[in-house]
Amino acid sequence: MSSSESPARVGPVLRTRALDKRYGHGDGEVRALEGVDLEVTRGETLAVMGPSGCGKSTLLHLLGGLERPSAGEVWVAGRRVDALSEKALARMRREAIGFVFQAFHLMDELTALENVELPALLAGRSPGAARRRAAELLEEVGLTDRATHLPSALSGGQRQRVAIARALSNEPIVVLADEPTGNLDSAATLDVLRLLERLRAAGQTLVIVTHDERIAATADRLISMRDGMFVDETRLAHGSAGPLGDLVGLEG
Amino acid sequence: MLVPEAVGVSGKEPSHGYQLRVVQEVLLALLAGEASHGYDLRARVQLALGPLADALNAGHVYVTLNRLEKAGLVTSERVGQADRPDRKVYELTEPGRARVNEWLADTSWPKPAPAEFHLKLVAAAAAGLGDPVRLIDGQRHALLAELAAAQRAALAEPDGSVAALLLEGVVLRLQADLRWLEACAQYWTSTKERS
Repeated sequence: MSSSESPARVGPVLRTRALDKRYGHGDGEVRALEGVDLEVTRGETLAVMGPSGCGKSTLLHLLGGLERPSAGEVWVAGRRVDALSEKALARMRREAIGFVFQAFHLMDELTALENVELPALLAGRSPGAARRRAAELLEEVGLTDRATHLPSALSGGQRQRVAIARALSNEPIVVLADEPTGNLDSAATLDVLRLLERLRAAGQTLVIVTHDERIAATADRLISMRDGMFVDETRLAHGSAGPLGDLVGLEG
Repeated sequence: MLVPEAVGVSGKEPSHGYQLRVVQEVLLALLAGEASHGYDLRARVQLALGPLADALNAGHVYVTLNRLEKAGLVTSERVGQADRPDRKVYELTEPGRARVNEWLADTSWPKPAPAEFHLKLVAAAAAGLGDPVRLIDGQRHALLAELAAAQRAALAEPDGSVAALLLEGVVLRLQADLRWLEACAQYWTSTKERS
């Protein structure tokens, strides 16, 4: 590690340098990511948008250590992780990252509460502490009365709220969400939006890959990707915008 | 029966005129149930608009009622109040009622905005005035800021709020516009790469 690295607490939570990812070989080679430089600061909500195949999910997988880059660096909380051993990478994921997927990926044979406490147990918490944390998180997502239900007995929106609670169970440094509302109807999307907005307000660092402009609009910063590269970036103010009435302009 | 044209409609700016007309006709429609006064009418429109109520200039309701009276669509009567100045109570006239019925049956709708922006991109590209993709990015930032504001306001509304329904409409329209901008970005990016 170079001596110029900032300590984990003041530096960016996530950082990539010249990140490249290629799939396949020779003529069939696809460059999913090309020279991506990214910094995510503590407490920031970042949304990444772009058409299918633009590389946004690949970026999320590399940030979370689910895949390894072809070239370039990934840093999580001041620690370079792209060259870690499989074992060390798995430990980093368990301890530092919370994942939310479009298809929920809950364990079908575990109850909502058991699903939520699992990452805390894997991250080394005591059974009692994991259970208490899981119960608190289910309350936060408004599903205390569904704690003993299996995922099959829950609606899509409820499953995603359980999945978000699960992602928070190990008190992750960052939550990475891949199309969290991709499978949800409008009302369930609104529930997830409310939840993400609460996480943002509570200072949780979040990276959300999405097609949904509604989710993107709740972020602090939005990056647009095309063909494996960042093509646009904008910051969204969360203070008072102009008068809301301008949105409908009743008097023109 | 001859129905008087709504007043203050400018043919030059259709969307502006449409919006002005709506306030007039909302006031007429609210008076169709029972006679009422300006303050009450204003409060009822504000309630329907919720957090968007600043769209309605307070004085505009009174000015509009005066215009509607001059146009013969409402009549007014001064009613005395204890401890307070008289207030004007407005009542709908027959031509006013006809106007309301016409409005209810009218299916005209504000025209979507894309044509102007589309032509702006075509003209800018043709004249070499600028990169259409940058214009698209600028427009996207502006719409995203509006979407963020509308979204936040919608999330803050209590369950069952009628104003939340209006905000939902604003959000969905902005979402559609942003999706169209993405299609524009793809087209103009590939055009740039071809040239």
